[in-house]
Parts: sequence; C-alpha cells; structure tokens
Amino acid sequence: MIRMSESAGSMQDREAAQNAARESDAIAVERTLAGERDAFRGLVERHSQQLFRLAYRMTGNEQDAEEVVQEAFLRAYRNLGQFGSRANFGTWAYRIAANYAIDRMRQKRSEDARRSTPSRLAEEHEQDPLDLALDERPTPDRLTMNIELRKKMEEALKELSSSERTAFVMRHWEGCAIEEIAAVLKSTTSAAKNTVFRSVQKLRRALEPYVGTRGALQAKAAGAAPETKGTEL
Amino acid sequence: MKHLTEEELIAYREGEPTQRQAIAEHLTGCTACRAELERIEAVLAALDNFPVPERGPEYGRTVWQQIAPRLPEKAGRGWSAWFEPRRWVAIGAMAALVMAAFIAGRWTKKPDPGTPAASVAQVRQRVLVVAVGDHLGKSEMVLMELANAAPENPGQKQINISAEQKRAEDLLDANRLYRETAKQEGDAALASVLDDLERVLLDVAHSPDELTPAKLESLQKRIEAHGILFKVRVVGKELQEKQKTTNSAPAATGSEKRERNKA
Repeated sequence: MIRMSESAGSMQDREAAQNAARESDAIAVERTLAGERDAFRGLVERHSQQLFRLAYRMTGNEQDAEEVVQEAFLRAYRNLGQFGSRANFGTWAYRIAANYAIDRMRQKRSEDARRSTPSRLAEEHEQDPLDLALDERPTPDRLTMNIELRKKMEEALKELSSSERTAFVMRHWEGCAIEEIAAVLKSTTSAAKNTVFRSVQKLRRALEPYVGTRGALQAKAAGAAPETKGTEL
Repeated sequence: MKHLTEEELIAYREGEPTQRQAIAEHLTGCTACRAELERIEAVLAALDNFPVPERGPEYGRTVWQQIAPRLPEKAGRGWSAWFEPRRWVAIGAMAALVMAAFIAGRWTKKPDPGTPAASVAQVRQRVLVVAVGDHLGKSEMVLMELANAAPENPGQKQINISAEQKRAEDLLDANRLYRETAKQEGDAALASVLDDLERVLLDVAHSPDELTPAKLESLQKRIEAHGILFKVRVVGKELQEKQKTTNSAPAATGSEKRERNKA
C-alpha cells in the first residue's frame, strides 16, 4: 500500500503511526471484550473511511457501500471473541467487509439477473475512441470526455464477476497480497492469481478503445501510478 | 521472433517471478511487445483515476451513531474463548477467591448480631488483600524482568520476550477481575493501580515476540512512564502489611479506604 516515491523518513513515520494505531486498537479490543461497549467506538471511528473506500470500489454504489461498512462493524462486534487479538483489527475488519461486500454483490447480481437487464456495453461504441482519451486539461470538452470514460469504467467493472471485481479492487486499488485475496475469495493462491489476470484482461478489452497511451502517461505523471507496481504476486 | 502473450505480459506487470528475466530481456529488444505492455498499463493507469466519493472526517462518528443502537450489550466472545489458557487462569483466580472467602468465613469470629454487614465486608476485604497481593507480586516479577532485559551481546539484533508476554497475557484476566472487585468494594486507589497495570500488561502482551534493542528500550520507557513498578511495589507492600495486621485486627473500615483513596 506504500507508494514507491515515499522517502525513508516518511515511511518510518508511517510505520510508527501504524504501530501506535495497532496498539491502541488492541487495547480497544480488550476493553470491548471486557464489557466496555464504548471502547468499540474508537475502532469504528478509526477504520470507517478505509472500509468505505473498499466497499465503494467493490459495490460501485454509495448506499451499498455504507451498508457494507455498518454490517462489517456489527459482525466484527458480534464475533470479537473469535478475533485473535494479536492480529491487526483493521485487517480483520477489512476482510469481514470484503466478504460481506462479495456476498452482497452476488445477491444483487442474482436479483438483477431475475429482472434480466441486458448489458449495454456493446450498444455504446458509436463515439470515436480516440476522442475519449483521458486528459488532465479541464476544458468543458475534456470534462465531458472524462465523465464518459468514467461511465465506461463503471460499466466495465460491472461486467466483471463478483470474484473478479473483488480480486481487482483488492489487488490494484487496495494493494493487497495475493494470499489475502485468496482468503476472501476462499480459493487457492493460484486461483486468486488467475482471477486477477482475468479481471485485467476483461477490463483491458472493455476500456482499451477509450484509453490512449497518452492518457496513461499523463495519469502517471499526475502521480496516479498503481500502488502495487513492482510487488511480487 | 515469437512475441509475448497477453497473459505473460499481465503476469510480468503483476510482478510474477516466473521467467521474469527472460521477459524483461525480450521487452528490451521488442518494440511490439513493449507497446502492448504500454497499452495494458494505460488501461490500469486510467482506472487509477476512478473516483471514490469523499467521506468527511465526521464519517466514523456517523457510522458509530448508526450502529450503536444495534449493538448487543456485550461483544461476542464465542465458545473458543473458554478454551484459551488465560481464561483458565482467570477461572483459577476466581476459584481461589471463592475458596479464600470460604476459609476466611470459617475462621472469622461469629459476627455480633448488631453488625453482620461489617463482618462480611471485612472478610471480602481480607480475601481481596490476599489474592491481589499475590497477583501484584507476580506482575511485579514480570515487569522487573522486562525492565532489566537487555541484549546478551552488543551484536544481538533481536531479544525474545515471548515468555514474559505469555505471563503478562495470563495475568490480564485475573487483573480485570480484581480491578472490578476493587471497584465494587469502593477501593478506588487499588482499582486505579490495577487499571494502570492492565494497560501495561496489555502493552506487553501485544508487543511482537521478538524486539530489536531499540524497541525493547521503547517498551521499557513506556513501562517506566506509567511508574507502574513503583505503584505495584507500594500497593503490594501495603497489602502485605494489611495481611499481617488483619489476622489480629479488623480489616480496613470505610473511613480507612477513603483515606487511602484520597492519598
């Protein structure tokens, strides 16, 4: 999750802050288990943002994401006794949220399938792909193009299966290790790896006509390089 | 020249170690494969700009307000918790308290009909004195060992504190029990010391098994900052004295406790 460009000093600061947060999490967990319900509040306040980001990327919907966050904390509270208090509470809650989000996505998909709405992805290819290349200049035309591209991304992400979307979100946006992804998907690490590959392939097929390499270079220059680059699977 | 497949390029981009060197060499000499990799990168870089709606700094508080009314009274401990060794230590401590209460009850003089409540309080106070005195002694030993821990030689990079950690973990549940009892007995001073002790024991229990000399020093400083060793010694001594005197004289009265709490 740590960007490569960070200086050694700021990495040390971050590590110290993470250690301090982990210690105060551990104390809050112990106190909650001892019957101090309010101690759980600190854990909720500390980890809500992170869980929301994950949940939104997985579900693609604010309302669903908020529900995932709430349900994840409720489940964490109910099962706090099963949590090995030496582990990291943030990671544990994160996994609960990812599990719940994937269940919820599957449930929604089966509901949607019953209503049978065909994919609109194939119907919207009339625009010249080159016109939709991502650009940082905030002209009205460019803004429209970015909105269009964003729409295409949303659609492409929706086209992924629940497992593929989870694998992609956890790997590329959250910087998770393949073992963590495998644990959430309840699969082997090699199956999780394949799911990551498949998701990248599908996204590429869907988005490449709308993304020029020029856009990628500009995105990179703007500091939006993927967080997981250079890490081993 | 045989070009790389899309799968190979994605695997390479993902950091897959298999054939990494060979792929890198191929990419250096092959413009077509480099362009193909660039196209994959372009899609992923564009996806990095996919926005997530902002949640303000108050978001955590809002989530808490939403879930708080739905939380059960107590967090779920699960059956597995009963099989933890430290749970058995707490059960042992509780059993010792009950047994000590029984023995103390047998040995105390029959109360005057006019003052039954005072006698029961005295017995409970004595039990607390004996059990907590023993608990503080054990805690002091663990903290002393940690305070004096040091690398065996100047080159040692890691110091193993797993034994002390295990003991700290075992003491935690008993500590919680005594703290609650002290609170119920109105002994705020003792409850406060036990509360401080709990924080330090938690800190020790949640530290890594192996510490670098710098991290050990930082843990020692945190223990020192609480002044817990001094407090434990003082209260432990006080309880020992009390144990001696309570064998012949009545236990601490309400006014004595109030005096100690004030102090």
